Amino acid sequence: MSTLYQTFISPFTEFEFMRRALAGALALALGACPIGVFLMLRRMSLVGDAMAHAILPGAAVGFLLSGLNLFAMTAGGLIAGFVVAVLTGLVARTTELKEDAALATFYLLSLAIGVTIISLKGTNIDLLHVLFGNVLALDDQTLLLIAGNASITLVLLALIYRPLVIECVDPGFMRAVSRAGGPAHLAFLVLVVLNLVSGFHALGTLLAVGMMMLPAATGRFWARDITLMMLIATASGVLAGYAGLLVSFHFGVASGPAIILIAGVLYLASLLFGQVGGLVRQLFPGRHLEA
Amino acid sequence: MLTRRALVATALAALFAAAPARAQQRLDVVASFSILGDFVKNVGGARVAVENLVGPNGNAHVYAPSPGDAKKVADAKVVFVNGLGFEGWLERLVKASGTKAPIVVATTGIKPRERAGDHGHDHDHGRADPHAWQSVANAKVYVANIRDALVAADPAGKDAYQANAAAYLAKLDALEREVRDVVAKIPVDRRRVITSHNAFGYFQDAYGISFAAPQGVSTEAEASAKDVAALISQIKKQKAAAVFLENVTDPRLVEQIARETGAKVGGTLYSDALTDDKGDAPTYIDLIRHNLRQLAAALVS
Repeated sequence: MSTLYQTFISPFTEFEFMRRALAGALALALGACPIGVFLMLRRMSLVGDAMAHAILPGAAVGFLLSGLNLFAMTAGGLIAGFVVAVLTGLVARTTELKEDAALATFYLLSLAIGVTIISLKGTNIDLLHVLFGNVLALDDQTLLLIAGNASITLVLLALIYRPLVIECVDPGFMRAVSRAGGPAHLAFLVLVVLNLVSGFHALGTLLAVGMMMLPAATGRFWARDITLMMLIATASGVLAGYAGLLVSFHFGVASGPAIILIAGVLYLASLLFGQVGGLVRQLFPGRHLEA
Repeated sequence: MLTRRALVATALAALFAAAPARAQQRLDVVASFSILGDFVKNVGGARVAVENLVGPNGNAHVYAPSPGDAKKVADAKVVFVNGLGFEGWLERLVKASGTKAPIVVATTGIKPRERAGDHGHDHDHGRADPHAWQSVANAKVYVANIRDALVAADPAGKDAYQANAAAYLAKLDALEREVRDVVAKIPVDRRRVITSHNAFGYFQDAYGISFAAPQGVSTEAEASAKDVAALISQIKKQKAAAVFLENVTDPRLVEQIARETGAKVGGTLYSDALTDDKGDAPTYIDLIRHNLRQLAAALVS
């Protein structure tokens, strides 16, 4: 019993930085995982990835102006993310280019600008700090920011829930009955950027998307109902955060990648054994139905 | 119009006249990083033109040389390196540049110390700790090696190099006395410090302030939860008095550790690179003095 306690509980009771990391990971999962489910259902799974790259130059400018300053880097990231989102929408609506192509062009430009800005003044190491956050170094402000973002996400998501769901299922019907589709889509994009900026402080720009999409894809294999899907996604995100930190604690691997790898393991297990369309289930449908 | 043309012609003529004169007087040499470059500048004086490969504030551990660096090495008459595996990228650069200049290892004659820490990850530079310049006594060996190499490359300047080196060595002697005086004022039980980069092993051996770090000697590896937890336990157990930020690794992590342990957070300690002219440590002597002031401010209670 005492070894179980030492393995699973005492890292967090003994060390404050582990408690902070856990709180950060939990708050991140609460906000990012439901967003990921909607991204997935709207066939925008790669949009999160593109947007994560797009916020880099903003964070880089914030970093150059005031170092690893929470406010400057957050504001920079938000601005860059929104600029890319709005420009993408404008180009997609006014030219022949489709939305995916427009987004691809802008995020690539944005990423190149970000790396250029950092290399102009910073060192390679600075760039790594921006690309990979550090979940072990969350101070009060950063934790409040992540938790605040998660709260805003959940409240706003509740407000735009119906139009979002209807638009996922039947966009034509949505346009016929209501004009809320456009504003809801915009609010949703705002939430995507907000959660990426949260994730960027804890996990860095490269891995922030992992906390968004991997749990969402996991949830897809266990539920057909969207509410249940979001619950399962969030639960697997929380589990990944907790288990990833433990792996980093006991085996000495870097914490951010460890969290995302655990989320990946959960996803692969679901891919194989999931109730809804899992591979094993598809190969042996009879046996499972008898059981 | 005529006058402008005349002006340009005069300027060009002056330039062409000056260029060979300059080339004759100044010996072009290359130093691998800024601290070594500062030593060479002090010994070479006006006879030597020094180019640093890794400039001020740069990180020589993970440096990626540019084609311009290969050209600098190819044009140099002497190439000064730290050795002890500090510049892992240098060997290939020297080969690629095809330079015929002698490669002078400035740490020759210094007894290398084993790399501190039990982190055990292997680097291509083996087990020696390369940061030998952190002890002023070792800096004097660097200076002697540089002096001898310059005399060999440019025998005409022998007197100048020997005079410059003697003057600089006297300054280093004074600096070393200063370090010992300041450390003597720090209570023995407070001579324990945490920095985010384990580069002060030679300082520790020479002056008796102990340094611990959350990472190994190199700045390449990202600290895991295991490393951080081990360090926090260690600070609490050993009652380390201060934690220092450094110009090359993640300051957020160091702040978190200080918050959790209650150790005092000092300013920046410079280890691998000088700062630019506006910074706190534009020369080696400034660097040691700056570090000394920071240590005294945090440790003298």
